[in-house]
Amino acid sequence: MEKINLTIDGIDISVAKGSTILQAAKEAKVDIPTLCFLQGVHEPGSCRICVVEVEGWRGLQPACVTKAEEGIVVKTSSRLVRETRRDILELILANHNRECLSCKRNQKCELQKLAEDFGIDSNYYEKKGTCVELDQSGPVVRDTSKCVLCGRCVSVCSNIQKVNAIDLAYRGPNTSVTTPYEQSLSLRSCINCGQCIKVCPVGALQERDDTEKVWKALEDPELHVVVQTAPAVRVALGEEFGLPVGTNVKGKMVTALKRLGFNKIFDTTFGADLTIMEEGTELLHRINNGGKLPLITSCSPGWVKFCEHNYSDFLDNLSSCRSPQQMFGAVAKSYYPQKAGLDANKVFVVSVMPCTAKKFEADREELKINGLKDVDAVITTRELAKMIKQAGINFNELSDSYYDELLGTSTGAGVIFANTGGVMEAALRTVADILTGEDLQTIEYHEVRGLEGTKEATVNINGMELNVAIAHGTGNAAKLLDTIREGKADYHFIEVMACPGGCINGGGQPILMDKSKTQEVNQLRAASIYSLDRTAVKRKSHDNPEIKKIYAEFLDKPGSSKAHQLLHTHYIARN
Amino acid sequence: MEKVDEVLEKFRYAKEDLIQILLELQMLSGKNYLPQEWVEYVAKALDMPMNKVYGVMTFYGMFSTKPRGKNLIEVCKSGPCHVSGSQGIELMLEKELAIKPGETTDDGLFTLERSNCFGACDIAPAIKIGEKVYGNLTPDSLRAVIKSYREEA
Amino acid sequence: MGNTKILSSRFGKIKPDSVEEFVAAGGYEGLKKAITMKPEEIIQEIKNAYLFGRGGAAYPTGVKWEQAYAIPLEKGPKYMICNADEGEPGTFKDRHIMAEDPLMLIEGMTIGAFIFGAKEGYIYCRGEYSGIQKILKSAIKNATEAGYLGENIMGTGLNFNIKVVSGAGAYVCGENTALVESIEGKTGRPRRKPPYIKNAGLNMMPTVLNNVETYACIPWIVKEGGETFLSVGTEFSGGTKLMCLSGNVVQRGVYEVPFGTTLRELIYGLGGGIAGGKTLKFVHLGGSSGACFPEELLDTKICYNDLRKNGLSLGSGAVLVVDDTHCVVDYLKTVMEFFEDESCGKCTPCREGNRRMVEILEKLTSGRGAKEDLERLQRLARTMRNTSFCGLGQSAPVPVTTLLKHFAAEFEAHVQGRCPSGKCSMSGVRR
Repeated sequence: MEKINLTIDGIDISVAKGSTILQAAKEAKVDIPTLCFLQGVHEPGSCRICVVEVEGWRGLQPACVTKAEEGIVVKTSSRLVRETRRDILELILANHNRECLSCKRNQKCELQKLAEDFGIDSNYYEKKGTCVELDQSGPVVRDTSKCVLCGRCVSVCSNIQKVNAIDLAYRGPNTSVTTPYEQSLSLRSCINCGQCIKVCPVGALQERDDTEKVWKALEDPELHVVVQTAPAVRVALGEEFGLPVGTNVKGKMVTALKRLGFNKIFDTTFGADLTIMEEGTELLHRINNGGKLPLITSCSPGWVKFCEHNYSDFLDNLSSCRSPQQMFGAVAKSYYPQKAGLDANKVFVVSVMPCTAKKFEADREELKINGLKDVDAVITTRELAKMIKQAGINFNELSDSYYDELLGTSTGAGVIFANTGGVMEAALRTVADILTGEDLQTIEYHEVRGLEGTKEATVNINGMELNVAIAHGTGNAAKLLDTIREGKADYHFIEVMACPGGCINGGGQPILMDKSKTQEVNQLRAASIYSLDRTAVKRKSHDNPEIKKIYAEFLDKPGSSKAHQLLHTHYIARN
Repeated sequence: MEKVDEVLEKFRYAKEDLIQILLELQMLSGKNYLPQEWVEYVAKALDMPMNKVYGVMTFYGMFSTKPRGKNLIEVCKSGPCHVSGSQGIELMLEKELAIKPGETTDDGLFTLERSNCFGACDIAPAIKIGEKVYGNLTPDSLRAVIKSYREEA
Repeated sequence: MGNTKILSSRFGKIKPDSVEEFVAAGGYEGLKKAITMKPEEIIQEIKNAYLFGRGGAAYPTGVKWEQAYAIPLEKGPKYMICNADEGEPGTFKDRHIMAEDPLMLIEGMTIGAFIFGAKEGYIYCRGEYSGIQKILKSAIKNATEAGYLGENIMGTGLNFNIKVVSGAGAYVCGENTALVESIEGKTGRPRRKPPYIKNAGLNMMPTVLNNVETYACIPWIVKEGGETFLSVGTEFSGGTKLMCLSGNVVQRGVYEVPFGTTLRELIYGLGGGIAGGKTLKFVHLGGSSGACFPEELLDTKICYNDLRKNGLSLGSGAVLVVDDTHCVVDYLKTVMEFFEDESCGKCTPCREGNRRMVEILEKLTSGRGAKEDLERLQRLARTMRNTSFCGLGQSAPVPVTTLLKHFAAEFEAHVQGRCPSGKCSMSGVRR
């Protein structure tokens, strides 16, 4: 690799040709503040917080996008640079709604940190920001009084996710990030994936707070409140309490939920195993009966809404299976009350999800059964952490507890639903056993694992060649479906997750202060998930004893009419 | 939507002509604006995401998302007109039309707007009504201009 | 003052879109000669002419074209683009060229197309000039019918068409990359450079982009020779310049003057001096982003070198004359409101800086200003100049710093609560 030499703050350093000044500074262990920049996602070079002085160059240069050149002498902390950055920061802050104490991003806000680092202590300017829009119509809440116009959300929404719900509009002092006609997100093509929330440096994008709903239910003596936790939550919740990234806090989490007062603590992985039973059966049925192929998974509600908006010609390809969250809810309000001797109307189902789109999914009208919602309230990993803190629970000191029985036993297959490729792998484990009639020992399908945007593989099971593909991030899914539309690809089964990396990187997961570490964090969370799978007692959905029990005693068999009534659904074209 | 289709045909549904298409449609609207149904229709026809189209139409000063008067009166507020007495012109227009900048007369005939330089500095103070520029304005000539538009209507 | 008319010789004398009348008045002689020359030879003539870009940036056109010519054709089609987005307040020279002799511009672009083998040309004309766009389109149509545009131009095998694209009201589209974005149908927010337009412009293909007046000079240079062009001007500034005289001057209008003419000759000679028997307070040169300066500098020659020596820049050629009844702070507020409104909104220093400058100027003009506001203006000006994404934000503070420099006392008076010219309300009321 060709190297170039330069000097940064008196430090001589040699870096790869093509490196930016920011990258070179990092290698020289010199910190340069950034705000709009997010490598690989958004590199507009527009906020100008990262400006540096290069000797002999006119003006100051944005370090984030300026390529380092041979022999340049860079100053990152001269008086001019410090004063200029301070000016820029004051200009940004002048428009910013500074109610930090009541902001959900308090202490996790990149702007707040910059203000602290720069010692901003005054408020010179008079006029407030001109763009003030508060959209609380859906699971993703937008408060533009806090927006710093960095544009990261626009890049994620348009370029990565290809959702195109928001864009930079107007100009001059009216410049704002908004939807067409300033309509609420819920009226436009937003899929509620929450990836915009994850990249927002400030509190301009947030999830809708549903904790109050949960507190009320917990306080209602009439209600029997059960909770389900999605697999991705257990490997991320610890971050909110300062534990190392990827720490599995399943046991502590269950204890905390008990302390919060939930009557039963169940596991969404049970719903995931149930999904595999139904979806695996659906796949084989479609293959054997000339049904519509490829079958495409429908576990990810962001993906489902994306498909409804942009690829409605593929709605028949979507699996009719409800997602694990909804399957769990459906049986928690039928099978569970029957077994526990409860009135189904008094069962209140709470989900803890890594996801903001799950809030939308739970509210879908077509998922109601006899007028009852499967799931009554959905909170994110972040919201659960907040509830635990509000309850004064010393999370890190908690001992471990186990999930309650009946809907609380999981398999490794259910757990890996958290990762991209996980649903595929779980399905393959079950389908392979069905097709071979054996209890196969080779169950790890490494070809479907990993963080590449799309993956494909041909799996040979008992002579049947199964072409499968996996896409994560709806932008990647769009590309994959385009190749199918053009007739350039032929698959039997496709897994799509709306969020890059899958649920471990869902819109409801903890916010990273240093968002450049997203990929690293995703890898650690994913590794933790796979390690849970490796150490699981049972690793195939159909081996889950509680799954066996529910079919034996309640559902009959996968694809039965009862299963169809409770566990399947249909979709709506929204284009 | 026939009108819209005609314009789209004329530009052969080319994405790069979005601005040209919107300009023509705004003229055709009769109210100097871009009706939302038209714009959503254009976005679909050009296979462009609506957020991008909205970004474009709000960026350029000539487009309006809200209906305006049949005649758009633009008073130049830039430096050359400013030093040549544009404020007086603006005040006169406000009085004559009984509206403030950004407003439309009750009869829907005029909308008054303050605009940036349109290159008539050699005849400042100047106003623009539709495509026509009127310069070297005095109270009398201004009144005559407005009168002519009223009579035409 | 010489009388050589390079650009305005046909103004008002021919029917603007008539090829016949244009040719009869010496039109297309440049192109006819050009097709007998080698591209390198034409470029050399332009270099010899010391023609600098007339849009404002004053980049040597010959050098620009030489660089563009060096880019191999395999890199894709080359586009010829004309920047006719004349949005700089106080500027109306391109309007005159396009309204009175558009074929001169078209001829210039066609010579360029011949050099570069370009097949497509665009004239990006501001939306406010909708009437002029019609003249341009008609002139293009007539030139095509006469065989000066279209297929196999004058039997050379050159195919070149020009399309008129309308702007829609955005000053920033005068910036090269924003202009290209706008031709592509997008919001006119500037692109990051590099890559430069010459390598990756329209549709990310090599693009040659020049101002109307620059192109309009080309036919004459080819016809008469670069050295003749240079001899009309000064040692390092060839040819003539269309100057736009506006404001409080007796005879406003466009004047074609040879380089070397002084500003005083222009304002007091051709322009007839200050209107209404008043006194000059300052001149705002080159458009809103140019410098403001008082009478002392009027003997500066219109010539890139002399202007630079005095810290001035010719910009677009706008000369706004302001008499002593006006208030510099009030005037400056008007100028900064323009930039506030026209900032594309992309980068912080331009979007927020202009806005906050207006806020400070509102304080000063309403009698609520303080000493620290003047310091803040200076600080903001420095930050905007050093860190803005494009030329708009970088140059917007020029009138601020130049007026603060030349009229410090008047700003001080506003801080004290007094507007010496009585223009500002100073009522203390917050707007």
